[in-house]
Amino acid sequence: MTKDQIIETHIISVLVDDEPGALARVIGLFSGRGYNIESLTVAETDHEKSISRISIVTSGTPMVIEQIKAQLRRLVPIHSVCDLTESGESIERELALVKIINSGDDRIECLRIADTFRARTLDSTLNSFVFEVTGNSSKVGAFVDLMRSLGKVEVARTGVSAISRGNRIDLESK
Amino acid sequence: MTKDKADATKMMAGAEILLKALEDEGVEVVFGYPGGAVLPIYDALFKNNKIKHILVRHEQAAVHAAEGYARSTGKTGVVLVTSGPGATNAVTGLTDALMDSVPVVCLTGQVPTHLIGNDAFQEADTTGITRACTKHNYLVKDGDTLQKTVIEAFHVASSGRPGPVLIDLPKDILMGEYAYQGEGSAVHTEAKARYNPSTEPNPADIKTAVAMLKKAKRPIIYGGGGIINSGPRASELLTELAHLAGWPTTLTLMGLGALPASDPLFLGMLGMHGTYEANLAMHDCDVMLNIGARFDDRVTGLIAGFSPNSVKIHCDIDPSSVNKNVLVDHAVIGDATRILEMLIAEIKAQSVKTDKAALASWWDEINGWRARKCLDFDQSGAIIKPQHAIKRLCEMTRDKDAYVTTEVGQHQMWAAQYYDFEKPNRWMTSGGLGTMGYGLPSAMGVQVAHPDALVIDIAGEASFMMNMQELSTLAQYNLPVKMFIINNEWMGMVRQWQELIHGGRYSESYSNSLPDFVKLADTFGMKGLVARSADDLDNVIAEMLATPGPVIADIRVAKEENCFPMIPSGAAHNQMLLGPEDQAAKPISEEGMVLV
Repeated sequence: MTKDQIIETHIISVLVDDEPGALARVIGLFSGRGYNIESLTVAETDHEKSISRISIVTSGTPMVIEQIKAQLRRLVPIHSVCDLTESGESIERELALVKIINSGDDRIECLRIADTFRARTLDSTLNSFVFEVTGNSSKVGAFVDLMRSLGKVEVARTGVSAISRGNRIDLESK
Repeated sequence: MTKDKADATKMMAGAEILLKALEDEGVEVVFGYPGGAVLPIYDALFKNNKIKHILVRHEQAAVHAAEGYARSTGKTGVVLVTSGPGATNAVTGLTDALMDSVPVVCLTGQVPTHLIGNDAFQEADTTGITRACTKHNYLVKDGDTLQKTVIEAFHVASSGRPGPVLIDLPKDILMGEYAYQGEGSAVHTEAKARYNPSTEPNPADIKTAVAMLKKAKRPIIYGGGGIINSGPRASELLTELAHLAGWPTTLTLMGLGALPASDPLFLGMLGMHGTYEANLAMHDCDVMLNIGARFDDRVTGLIAGFSPNSVKIHCDIDPSSVNKNVLVDHAVIGDATRILEMLIAEIKAQSVKTDKAALASWWDEINGWRARKCLDFDQSGAIIKPQHAIKRLCEMTRDKDAYVTTEVGQHQMWAAQYYDFEKPNRWMTSGGLGTMGYGLPSAMGVQVAHPDALVIDIAGEASFMMNMQELSTLAQYNLPVKMFIINNEWMGMVRQWQELIHGGRYSESYSNSLPDFVKLADTFGMKGLVARSADDLDNVIAEMLATPGPVIADIRVAKEENCFPMIPSGAAHNQMLLGPEDQAAKPISEEGMVLV
């Protein structure tokens, strides 16, 4: 396999005008051109200027990753695009809400694991818990896997949000 | 508020604001078809004496007509259609305009805002449907944003890499009263603030490009539709650049006319049905200068075998075109005119010395390929060869500065090969999407823009029938388009591929039950002509050209002629089929068969 064919995973952040259809344009671009979306999160980050930030985790060859960024920049409502994977070290976080239904010793074990993962208990009944866990995707994934082995599980995950380390502003709203 | 400003701001109905905004953009013609949701606009048009409306017979044709208008003038074409089916019928035209980077603004009616989402009569999710086939689109839900939206739409359609933009207009917005901001008010600048693609090349990139060009011993210039889109000045500059050192130049289907066909440096079109010399020069060059072309698959053939030993410089206005299909060594982003100006200036400033001996031996090699005369054909019998028909058409219209449109298929490739384009903006064809039925409505748009010009639709009989309802439009406005139908009674390109790769099983490709084109012309009050043998051909062309109104010329050509040269699918530039003999000797690979 040559270097050009290696599949890389990148986190791309995008600032976009918060207007109807903006998210559909981004998603449509990915589906229309056959790019992967591993996760996508979106929320308004500047209410006054009505701008949202979209964080996309995607994968592809270096040529495809370049294409994704170039294609995103063509969209009229997109202000700026930043490849956090390329531009230096970044912090990624994801939040998951994990409901587990079980009983007996397994309840004690899942509380112990929750403590190790610094998960917070948000809700409890006599045979269930809801935990909140944050971290990078692999930590969240590991926590969910452990919970699955201890009972019946339901999971809600936010997908990855990311920002670069250090004193640099990558995406400024115009 | 000063008195001037008070005068500048007026309350008007949405439909009137729309027309005022179109006037502000310099719109003179709109191609459209009325319907329930756009009635307020048609009512306003009735009272308007500045904007001319051309009533088409199908909304797809309205978009193609706007494309023809745009490509022959450089201005933005405007379409006006109703909601639901009006909008969905326009989708093919919009996709065509997107693929070929044609500036079009399409206005669609929509059901009133309070009914959107209720499956109302003639409701369609137009912005949803057209999101993927427009450069950008809008749904105007607030009448106060209408004027700004129109200004931005025209700005987006025409700046950077041009393309189609759609504005969806709910009926209540068209009927409500809103403020119109006159000339000089802030809305005119504000609306253009958000979209600003960079068109000015980076001088350092130009320097690097020239440093690469300097080392060339076997250079080639590969120009595309971006040069045409940049305006006529870019074509002059391309000619100047090519002649600075005498570089061989080839053009894509979309770029024809950017360098005069008669220029000795012109190698002809490249690609699947390009010339032998152009394709082999692309394959064997050491430095390739691509200006405004996008390494389309019809041009490159097999990517792995595409120009394997060259340094590639790609100049394009759209950064996403770079490294999309072919990995290049250097990119210059900007408008073709500016890139060419700066390249020429830099070459002159550095007083670049060409390796004359190397260039001369490169030309020797090219001339050797040229000597194969790949476009030669044998017109000896009474049966008209399609190539001969187009060649004669070209020769007989040489001094007439004709505008030529085509449909899609074999006749389109023959037109590209045998009709010589000396100027930009004279050639309108559906390149990227390959839309059968493009030529007739496109010719209508060209004729509307240039009422006194000679406009010819070189058509195939099958494509022609896809939008022949527009004959009625030609008749209504007496648009003197000459429809030159290369009639071989087959969907020729489909038949050719079936012959080449499907064992001659001609599944559904025969044009059955064709009309008598002469009688068809007659029913619309037009002249109809037919050429059955080679002896008739010149007379028919002469009579067609001498007839003042629209003419259908039915040219009965050889039925099973194939379009050569050809790079079969899945093959590289140096694996061309030059004619029927090659076709038997070089069967198409299994991999090639799955490609389109």
